[in-house]
Amino acid sequence: MFPKLVPMPSPNLLTERDADKTPILECINLGINFGGLAAVENFNMAIGRTEITGLIGPNGAGKTTVFNLLTKVYQPTKGTILLDGNDTHNMTTAQVNRAGIARTFQNIRLFNDLTVEENVTVAMNAHMRYNMWTGIFRLPAFWKEERVAHERALELLSIFNMADLADTKAGSLPYGAQRRLEIVRALATNPSLLLLDEPAAGMNPSETAELMENIRKIRDTFQIAILLIEHDMNLVMNICEGIAVLNFGRIIAKGTPEDIQSNPAVIEAYLGKQKEA
Amino acid sequence: MKKLRIKQHTRTDFLTYLGVIILFVVMNVLKSNGSLSRSLTGQLVPICCYMSMAVSLNLTVGILGELSLGHAGFMSVGAFSGIVAAMSLQNIIPAAPLRLAVAMVIGAAAAAIAGAIVGTPVLRLRGDYLAIVTLAFGEIIKDLVNCLLVGYDAKGLHMAFNLTGSKTIDDLGMKEGGIAIIKGAQGATGTTTIASFTAGFILVMVTLFVVLNLKHSRAGRAIMALRDNAIAAESVGINITKYKMMAFVTSAALAGAAGALYGLNFSSLQATKFNFNTSILILVFVVLGGLGNLWGSLIAAAALTVLPELLRAFSDYRMLVYAIVLILVMLATNNPTLKTFFSRFKLHKPTGKEAV
Repeated sequence: MFPKLVPMPSPNLLTERDADKTPILECINLGINFGGLAAVENFNMAIGRTEITGLIGPNGAGKTTVFNLLTKVYQPTKGTILLDGNDTHNMTTAQVNRAGIARTFQNIRLFNDLTVEENVTVAMNAHMRYNMWTGIFRLPAFWKEERVAHERALELLSIFNMADLADTKAGSLPYGAQRRLEIVRALATNPSLLLLDEPAAGMNPSETAELMENIRKIRDTFQIAILLIEHDMNLVMNICEGIAVLNFGRIIAKGTPEDIQSNPAVIEAYLGKQKEA
Repeated sequence: MKKLRIKQHTRTDFLTYLGVIILFVVMNVLKSNGSLSRSLTGQLVPICCYMSMAVSLNLTVGILGELSLGHAGFMSVGAFSGIVAAMSLQNIIPAAPLRLAVAMVIGAAAAAIAGAIVGTPVLRLRGDYLAIVTLAFGEIIKDLVNCLLVGYDAKGLHMAFNLTGSKTIDDLGMKEGGIAIIKGAQGATGTTTIASFTAGFILVMVTLFVVLNLKHSRAGRAIMALRDNAIAAESVGINITKYKMMAFVTSAALAGAAGALYGLNFSSLQATKFNFNTSILILVFVVLGGLGNLWGSLIAAAALTVLPELLRAFSDYRMLVYAIVLILVMLATNNPTLKTFFSRFKLHKPTGKEAV
């Protein structure tokens, strides 16, 4: 059912189809200290160009911190992040995004006073060229680019059947739609790696099933890599081709869903150590 | 070209322009009829300036979401540089309307430079630092202009700072026939007043045009996005400092143009006119009219400039009544019952799914 992974102990989670290409993301000994606490340490991982990878672990394991390191919300204190082979050292959050990483947030962060369509078109800002004066004087370039952006926004919104909500204020959307809009907004930046932070949080089983379909559809349509944090094991085991398990800031296991399900270290991390009989 | 569908904001913008045009025509008719009181006729240009100030401050406070407490400082920079420009260009550009336009452009440019100087260090920071720094800026500009001496003669502009209090305009060493433009604490005196109501109307229209079109372009979306959620805005590739600067400097430049018009409306003007109270007054227009609501700013600016005149009947209690009116309007506009009442008259129906 799933493409086979390169056998462990390879440090990377590369499916066979991506194994011979430059990974889209490569983290080498990545780490960050908050005061004396090593929130993430020795984080090594590579993700193939079209792979869906899961990052799981108990609460407080440092999963979101990894996302914040990748997107430079925090500057890593140790290690290197290679995006498509290029070092992202000293880049800002905005620059990393323009280089190809887009993300969603665990606690939804939409632009609540903008409409749904504006939330999407604002994410295309880096791909639009006309300058401030062209915008003020409404020169032809303004109309041309705005029309392209408008059409592209509706196209992206229709992936999640949200095109008819284009003129609604993002803040007044129902919860599930807000989560979906965050994904659309991230896609609008034209990323090569999409980070999803608990995309299924607060969704009911049928919404989650739909989300799984959509995540696959996004990967197939846009041919991008997706790294997702999720607590819903049904979702993770169903759509992820590779999984990394994080506990206390360190990777304790990597592998295919089958490997992870039977890995004693993972079971221990989630359920605690079994007492000797 | 394929037409974009008409959006809600396009309609609101159109009605705002229309309202300003109608107001201008009505006021002009009343003025030519002689049915306007003398004091109100004298207020027409200042009202236009305050309307424009309110709209430009709304760009910083309502659209960018940063508190600025020194907007009058930019008005001051624009006013005095505009006066200097207009007075020294008197012989070069004899046509008053053209000279006024040039003076307003120079005033805008000077205020934009001031805005860039103030904004560059502060807008990199997150938090309420801008409020503190702009507050200080307003006071500093007031004190600087208070000791500024500027004169113009055949050799060009002469400038000096009267820092010790010992210099006078005579120390500039101007030739015969030179004119004193700014005389320190006395301010600009003997200014040829070339401001007109028509210029004020054009200023308001241009300010509205710039702010509305900026708001509904990609830059405006980016500015509003970083107001709503700075972290998310960065995560979609928006350079926060750049767009903050863009909004802030544009706002300062528009204030400078309004200041230049204001300065050229009075034969005598002191730097103390643009003090903290004036900054707060403009902020009151913005808050009363609604953050991000440009037509609200226009109405609030016009109403609150005229109100003290209309309240003359209360003589000594004038400002007391003014304050009470202000409080009542604030309460009324925030009243949920009234809000739902007015929302029934909105042109658009809410689309399908509403808040959960």
